Amino acid sequence: MTTQAQASSVRTEIVVDAPIERAFRVFVEDFDKVKPREHNMLAVEIAETVFEPRVGGHVYDRGVDGSECRWARVLAYEPPERVVFSWDISPQWRPEGDPAKCSEVEVRFIAETPERTRLELEHRNLDRHGDGWEGLRDGVASPGGWPLYLQRYADGAIST
Amino acid sequence: MQTYQPNGWTALGDPTRRTIFERLADRPQAVGELARELPVSRPAVSQHLKVLKDAGLVVDRREGNRRIYRLDPDGLSDLRTQLDRFWNKALAAYKDVVEQDTQEVS
Repeated sequence: MTTQAQASSVRTEIVVDAPIERAFRVFVEDFDKVKPREHNMLAVEIAETVFEPRVGGHVYDRGVDGSECRWARVLAYEPPERVVFSWDISPQWRPEGDPAKCSEVEVRFIAETPERTRLELEHRNLDRHGDGWEGLRDGVASPGGWPLYLQRYADGAIST
Repeated sequence: MQTYQPNGWTALGDPTRRTIFERLADRPQAVGELARELPVSRPAVSQHLKVLKDAGLVVDRREGNRRIYRLDPDGLSDLRTQLDRFWNKALAAYKDVVEQDTQEVS
């Protein structure tokens, strides 16, 4: 797994022992197991993360109490080769409602052999989020500006 | 055993550290200035600043015999670091799932 960094994007890739169709399907259908759980914008534990497999669908977390947080819009859905979704999360890890301030994630699947697939992921247009630091400062300054997740992190350690 | 790695969330989970962070958002300050305005000791302020610094939230520079703390202005870099970690972790989990799946079927 390698990571290449550019100013406004993050790139990474991985090779898996699976045919391209399975590689694509598992990424979408089992996205619940792929997404790191500790990134949670709900007030409660996440019961599951759902990736709606169509353009115009969403990626959302569903909490154990039924609450939902939609944090991505599916912009391209081209099995088994490509999926693009928006990243509607601010640098403060809160839902971002302004699409102009959202970045996007493109995932490409390339068959290296019939049984092996390379996944390339690019998270780009990070500069659209604006100056994350200014935003964080604003978040600190506003009353009640602290997201609920901070409280959950307040007392304990996070496994990383 | 969980490994503790300071990051922006844990670091700002503490009310005193949030206050210190807010003060530094107003203007860069030395430890002594912060301690004067807060109901905690100077060593305690130093300790909180260390956590904030380890989390990449503040930076310091020496000015004469004082150390001035301010917020780290490189927000995009911080965001990239977080996302880089996020996706590498996600893809590692993905590899586990997709290859486990293969084994079960074959």
